[in-house]
Amino acid sequence: MIRRSTTFWRALLLAFCAAVAVWLVAPSLIVVPLSFTDRASFNFPPSGWSAQWYTNFFTDPSWLWSLEASLRVGVLVAIVATVCGTAAAVAFSRTRFFGEQGLRALLLAPMIVPVIVVAIGIYAIYLRLNLLGTTLGFVVAHSVLALPFVIVPVLASLQGFDRRLEDAAAICGARRWTTFRTVTLPLVAPGVLSGALFAFATSFDEVILSLFIQSPYLQTLPVRMYSSVTRDTDPTIAAAATVILALTTALTVLASIITIRRSRVH
Amino acid sequence: MTLVDVFSGGAAPPQSRTETEGARRRRRGAYALLTPSVILVIGVFVVPLALMLWRSFTDPVAGFGNFTWYMGDEVQRRVLLRTFTTGLEVTVICLVLGYPYAYAMVAFGPKVRAMLTLLVLVPFWTSLMVRTFAWVILLQDNGPAHTILSLIGLGDVQLIRTNLGVVIGMSQILLPFMVLPLYAVMAGIDRKLVLASSSLGARPLTSFIRIWAPLTMPGVGAGALMVFISSLGFYVTPALLGSPDNALISQQIYVQVNSLLQWGRGAAMGVVLLLLTFVVLAVLMLALRRASRQEQSS
Repeated sequence: MIRRSTTFWRALLLAFCAAVAVWLVAPSLIVVPLSFTDRASFNFPPSGWSAQWYTNFFTDPSWLWSLEASLRVGVLVAIVATVCGTAAAVAFSRTRFFGEQGLRALLLAPMIVPVIVVAIGIYAIYLRLNLLGTTLGFVVAHSVLALPFVIVPVLASLQGFDRRLEDAAAICGARRWTTFRTVTLPLVAPGVLSGALFAFATSFDEVILSLFIQSPYLQTLPVRMYSSVTRDTDPTIAAAATVILALTTALTVLASIITIRRSRVH
Repeated sequence: MTLVDVFSGGAAPPQSRTETEGARRRRRGAYALLTPSVILVIGVFVVPLALMLWRSFTDPVAGFGNFTWYMGDEVQRRVLLRTFTTGLEVTVICLVLGYPYAYAMVAFGPKVRAMLTLLVLVPFWTSLMVRTFAWVILLQDNGPAHTILSLIGLGDVQLIRTNLGVVIGMSQILLPFMVLPLYAVMAGIDRKLVLASSSLGARPLTSFIRIWAPLTMPGVGAGALMVFISSLGFYVTPALLGSPDNALISQQIYVQVNSLLQWGRGAAMGVVLLLLTFVVLAVLMLALRRASRQEQSS
């Protein structure tokens, strides 16, 4: 009797989770069929099929440039934020120093403060420094938002790591940089790599700050999509969304593989 | 190197004579390693925030003018209230959907867990813009959601350009932020405690209320905090799924700064949003700390 009722509850819970999983994943997938519609409308389901919106996406310079801008900014942000964030995480993990708590809160604060509040301040500064619509401006601004997403995973992987290995290397005569490169870095590499992926995704996804610091000369892909959605009915947005979806799914799978590998090592 | 010296010289505690050369060098190294990040955060985070605070009190004239305007404006008060209620609704929906989901992630075998984890991570990584656009398609007039609702006899329900549409979109987008902290806490709970209570004769409902629910509270708090705070600053989703008539605070800030060029008013609203975020954060953190202390003492 008892066993039957528990199987019933377990089945119910699984059914509920299946429904939630559909709710989580299915809505985004609607952009895939829509991107193959044959008419310039968002009607769903489409009445016929064509690949014209992909042709449009990959031949229209404004769409192509925004994709290129997003990838360029994203990769640069991943580099800048990963280098700065890894250095900061190493500092936090290796020794105690005055102001440690305050500095940690400062570096993680961009994760909590609403982006729009920072965005108006950055907009005001960029207006004055002529940084609107520049790669430099985008990279610097996105890097600050991405920094916490590097520090957290790198710090986590540094905490699960035996410090005596570094001492051993030092005893064997290795210099600090050599020790870092040959002992520390390989051991924390999964954390650094997932931090870099997070940094790229943060930049690649960012809309609101980018809306403020964009210019007609430099629009990232989400900004291009946003202004397109508010202006007209152009299924090229759906094609762009599908391209992004494919890219981020590939990144997720990559990140999951890294995580699984890491949990196997430990 | 000079900046590091300034840092360590000005900020380091007086060094005792017993401190080894190595320890001192390590600490100086720590400041050097932090320098790039700190410069970045000061330049593009602290200075912009300070500038915004300055402008809220000085633009167009010095004084509290922007704040008295904000407090006195009926529309702004309604927008603020709506931002809060929307955030609360989204948080409750995420909790109701996310709690059983996170529970299933720890209750079933590794295969189900891996599947459920992947299904929650895929949307977590999917672009916010893509997900919002998908909801624009789903909720549009005569769109799929509309068709389904008419088929089951719910008739003509307007979804896009309403607050209901905003809540639906936001709760779907923020759900992973509830599930992941809940899962992290639940995975750390010794499930034998529940078994022990039931072997002592507690009914399932009793052991859930007395044992499981209190132990998962830190996860509920952390998840609710993440969802609620993110929802306060949401811009893209309410801008595309809602309408100017049911705008949230970040949309109003955008309008003030970008369309009306009312920098002072926009900055003042930014300060209000920032303060509210910190108040919510502080209250929930205090509540969580008190809850964990009570748990330790009992």
